[in-house]
Amino acid sequence: MTIMMDPDIASIDVPTLAEATAFIWAEADMLDRLDYKQWLPLWTENGRYIIPTERGIDDYDDRLNIVNDNAEMRAARVKRLLSGFSMSSAPPARTVRTVSRFVQLADDGGLTLRAAQIVAEYKYERMRILAADVVYRIVREDDGLKIDRKVVTLVNCDDYQHGIGYLL
Amino acid sequence: MSNADLAEMVRPDRALTPLYTDADIFTEEMERIFKNTWVWVAHSSDIASPNSFKTSHVGLEQVIVTRDKEGKIHTLLNRCRHRAASVCEKRQGKASVFVCPYHGWSYEPNGRLRKVPHKAGYPAEFDSVEYGLVSLRTEEYNGLIFATFKQDIEPLVDYLGPARKWIDLFMKQGGGYPVKALGEHRFRFPGNWKIQLENTTDAYHFPIVHKTFLDSLDAESENVFDVLGQGGWVEDLGNGHSVMVMIPDLIDLEENLDAPIPQRFMDLAKELAEEGYPDDQVRKIVRAVGGAGFNLNLFPNVACSMAFFRVLRPIKVDETEITHVAIGMDGGPAAANRMRLRLHEHFQGPMGFGTPDDAEGWERVQRGARSGQDLWIMLNRGVDAPEGCAEPGHNAGDVSAETGMRAAYQMWKRMMTA
Ligand code: FES
Ligand SMILES: [Fe+2]
Repeated sequence: MTIMMDPDIASIDVPTLAEATAFIWAEADMLDRLDYKQWLPLWTENGRYIIPTERGIDDYDDRLNIVNDNAEMRAARVKRLLSGFSMSSAPPARTVRTVSRFVQLADDGGLTLRAAQIVAEYKYERMRILAADVVYRIVREDDGLKIDRKVVTLVNCDDYQHGIGYLL
Repeated sequence: MSNADLAEMVRPDRALTPLYTDADIFTEEMERIFKNTWVWVAHSSDIASPNSFKTSHVGLEQVIVTRDKEGKIHTLLNRCRHRAASVCEKRQGKASVFVCPYHGWSYEPNGRLRKVPHKAGYPAEFDSVEYGLVSLRTEEYNGLIFATFKQDIEPLVDYLGPARKWIDLFMKQGGGYPVKALGEHRFRFPGNWKIQLENTTDAYHFPIVHKTFLDSLDAESENVFDVLGQGGWVEDLGNGHSVMVMIPDLIDLEENLDAPIPQRFMDLAKELAEEGYPDDQVRKIVRAVGGAGFNLNLFPNVACSMAFFRVLRPIKVDETEITHVAIGMDGGPAAANRMRLRLHEHFQGPMGFGTPDDAEGWERVQRGARSGQDLWIMLNRGVDAPEGCAEPGHNAGDVSAETGMRAAYQMWKRMMTA
């Protein structure tokens, strides 16, 4: 016998802002430490990781993105970054990032947040700053909070970038 | 630097390191090459309708490529004729007039000066005709738009010569539809533009630099991308242009339509069939969706590279901007274009599975070239091309030969010492 989850009951379990921010900081820390193996299970099965090339859009699938990953592509990406055979990520630039300026957007069974992310990266005698608006959708599953959607819109996403050998 | 000095720096099979590192040589290149030949500025789909425009570059010069209301294409210097302000800072869009933001001179999409505010402040003999935006000669071949500062240059079709055949083959990836630009990845690397020019005819690096891309493919696709093992070749097409054929089976995308559909395109084929596309059209679209099996390198700044356009823009002697233009089928099935976008994202762009490793490799070339200014960049790799592949009379080598680079450097020498 299957028990159908009542969506109203599910929404009772929406993560709080405090829970979501702690979760997002833990994720940021994981990415700076290149702990990508721990990062993969942070996602829901249908979670989407998107880094667009345009600002102010909401249809990403019919546009060109920098990243538009489902679970399979995320796993392939992590495998590549950790393989040791990609010269841009073996080693990658060192990164230190902060995520802040959280704004709660919607509560539709999950918690949608907007935040600012600043990443400083260092490699080969040079430091670069990557600033982005990030939108997260965080949901609660049996084994904890999960990322259901993460859209990282770089402040200069429609201009040139340099090669990025790590995750944003 | 004298012509003799420059000539001495490029030999048939090598080039001297200052070609990557000397700022004076870079300045000369911008004059003698980029202001002296046909330079790619846009794809026709970027300015599809009347009164549309796109900003672009010819070497260091900023230009606006426009389509006027009669449909004619113009390339205009993006510099007001009054006191130099840029007249357009948008990347792309529609405009029936360009108004300079400083004192309000306005220009038509064909470059003509339309209106000068408070004209009474100029003497009566002020003639608007003399103050249009500087207009470059502009010609198009099969959707590729080129411009030049050299008004008396040979026609574009003659400059392209035998490369035209390969442009026509490349455009077959429209799958029966016109080719359309779908989006752009731009990225810069701290290195000289010729490092990138070389790379488009460098199959040698592919299995090493792109090992992690190959590892991310299914077994069948991995075989398709075994670029060194399929009897390909590199062919000198004259004027510094060359073609590198990596997958001979994918030269003509309208042939072999009865071949079995590759595994990775099965879902797409099924989806198209369900949408009601007849079998022959499904096969044509699906065969086109992965792109062509060759890179066509056009001197000095554009390549038709398998499934996209690669445009290079020199910024400084040790900085180059690359644009990878994703292309698709204009009016074709959305599912096919979506697949093309995802394939493009897989390899290309700042976080693709291929591009960041290329960029890192080119940066390493520039870093290495800081040492040993007296040493040569060796371009002597290559054995004979497989029998009967290249056009009779064309210089050609095997797929990993540095024939295309040698062709580009000989053109460099010809232009730099003219
Ligand atoms: S600089 Fe353009 S109107 Fe004065
Ligand atoms: Fe490459």
